[in-house]
Amino acid sequence: MSSTTTRPSGPETTETVLRHASLPRYFPAALLACSAAAVAGVLLAFSSFGVVVWALLTAVAYVVITVTAAARVEGGRKATDRFVTSLVYGCFLLALAPLVSMLWTVLRSGFARFDGYFLSVSMNGVLPSMDAGGAYHAIVGTLAITGMATLISVPIGVMTAVYLVEYARGRIKRVITFFVDVMTGIPSIVAGLFVVALWIVLFGPGRTNGAAGAISLAVLMIPVVVRSSEEMLRLVPRDLREASYALGVPKWRTITKVVLPTSAAGLTTGIMLAIARVIGETAPLILTAGSSAVSINWNLFDGQMMSLPVFIYSQVRMGGAVNYERAWAAALTLILTVMLLFFLARMIGRAFAPKSTR
Amino acid sequence: MTTTDAPQAAPPPTASRRIGDAVFAGLARGSGLLILVILAGVAAFLVIQAWPSLSANTANFLTSTEWEANVREAPAFGVAALAFGTLLAAAVALLLATPVAVGIALFIVYYAPRRLASVLGYLVDLLAAIPSVVYGLWGIGFLAPRLVPVFGGLTEHLGWIPLFSGPASTSGRTILTASIVLAVMILPIITAMSRDVFKQVPQGHREAALAMGATRWEMIRLAVLPFGRSGVVGGAMLGLGRALGETMAVAMILSPSLVISFDLLQSGNQTIAAHIALQYPEATGYGVSALIAAGLVLFAITLAVNMGARYIVARGSKEA
Repeated sequence: MSSTTTRPSGPETTETVLRHASLPRYFPAALLACSAAAVAGVLLAFSSFGVVVWALLTAVAYVVITVTAAARVEGGRKATDRFVTSLVYGCFLLALAPLVSMLWTVLRSGFARFDGYFLSVSMNGVLPSMDAGGAYHAIVGTLAITGMATLISVPIGVMTAVYLVEYARGRIKRVITFFVDVMTGIPSIVAGLFVVALWIVLFGPGRTNGAAGAISLAVLMIPVVVRSSEEMLRLVPRDLREASYALGVPKWRTITKVVLPTSAAGLTTGIMLAIARVIGETAPLILTAGSSAVSINWNLFDGQMMSLPVFIYSQVRMGGAVNYERAWAAALTLILTVMLLFFLARMIGRAFAPKSTR
Repeated sequence: MTTTDAPQAAPPPTASRRIGDAVFAGLARGSGLLILVILAGVAAFLVIQAWPSLSANTANFLTSTEWEANVREAPAFGVAALAFGTLLAAAVALLLATPVAVGIALFIVYYAPRRLASVLGYLVDLLAAIPSVVYGLWGIGFLAPRLVPVFGGLTEHLGWIPLFSGPASTSGRTILTASIVLAVMILPIITAMSRDVFKQVPQGHREAALAMGATRWEMIRLAVLPFGRSGVVGGAMLGLGRALGETMAVAMILSPSLVISFDLLQSGNQTIAAHIALQYPEATGYGVSALIAAGLVLFAITLAVNMGARYIVARGSKEA
């Protein structure tokens, strides 16, 4: 355990120092570089170099050598500590692997067909196997459906947050908070089925249109908006509200003129993130807005409406090489849209962040 | 006039203030209650529309594995195989994701360089931003073909474990592939919940452990993990809820069949959500109603799991 080693600290005196023998600080980095190089060398010698195999073998070699070295030099407890440290680092790298792989695959495969033509024509009159057509109708549908879902869910979501923060007390507050949490967990396909059931009751069976899709997305979006808005409204300092009340301003004017403007940037950020969350929803739209539209349709209340995620799905279901190319290009379009929303959300959040440091 | 007007002029603003306040408070309360109404409506409409097929069903809905619902009369369908597939895929995903997620959370809170920590956390959150249909596309277009040799090796060397019995699928479109993709999808949720609770471990606990000479791992084992257990369990259950309800990744990856089988490496099994998405476009007769009934089962399962998770998290934060 705590071994005492004597080490010469000067030419004439030797003093006893209470300290562990420990591996040098550069040991992990140096060992990692060495084992990576060694494994790469061995693999190349057998001419079977693969990134995954290389990474795995390097990790194994690194862990084995580290643990053995630490066990001999530093003792068992330190060896366990180093072992866990490598595991924890490994977990993180393991999680990055699919992210990098996915983004890389989408970028590489998506750019084959991602051009102005793809973004500006629909699939109207294009046979699935033809080397033509694009995703314009899907982009139109995504914009229309997501736009309507936003228009529905933002007022409801923000007002619910206002209610929870400014008005609700006691039991009803706990109940609503709990069910908002529960609503966050509704599977997207169930939200789709809900609108299907609602539509059958209201309009009879077999009616699919963009509005149905928008409502199913709104069901998924409302709880996200409530949660983020609630957090933002809570950040507004109490002093601001009290200053307003002290001037005799009624509560509702205080909320609309002081609380909401103060948190406007945060609210916008939250809403953008909520949009980014539902813009990629597929399952509810297959059920409600249809999955076979090929032409441009701006009318939310009449006829099937294609959207980018459903476009990806239906192209994959067709299964040909051209279809996969279209699917990858649409995936690239979708991911770029989501990234753009995320970026805008961060920019807005940063640009309009309240100056006070409370 | 003017002197008598002033006191009389006071009531009008008060009245309008009252009206304005009442209207605004009513709107806010209405929105809050609307959420409860929507949630109740989801359950009610699903039950109403599922009822016709359930009452006409000639098979036992909960124990049958067949799906003969696209008929005008005497449908026979049951969710046994679907419910089993749903639970199996989600359970495997949870087993794969939870240890890694805890590792990532520990990394971000206690191991990563302080300055990089938030950026690295943001990278993991990015996984949650990728649309599920893109996960599905990646799973079938990239991951599945590359897993085929791995599956072959697994059946060859570990085939004696019932889960890995062969012959392995040659397309890679198996429940294990779907579970791996699901595991990646639920990583960010479990990580976020664990990270939050690990951050809240009182500094005194950690420093006490370190002052006793504990190594970093011993500090985590003695102070962090016991404190964070409820957060990790709650996060895992939220992840489970997400995995149970995930549709597209499974619908695109799995090559389905309505069987009850533990063979992770063969094609087969199917989940409720993916079954609904695949069957809905072709549903006729009692088909739609039967799918809504299946959706009702999924709704009930996820509702129970999510409420349990919220309960555990809330109790944990109260104890803390």
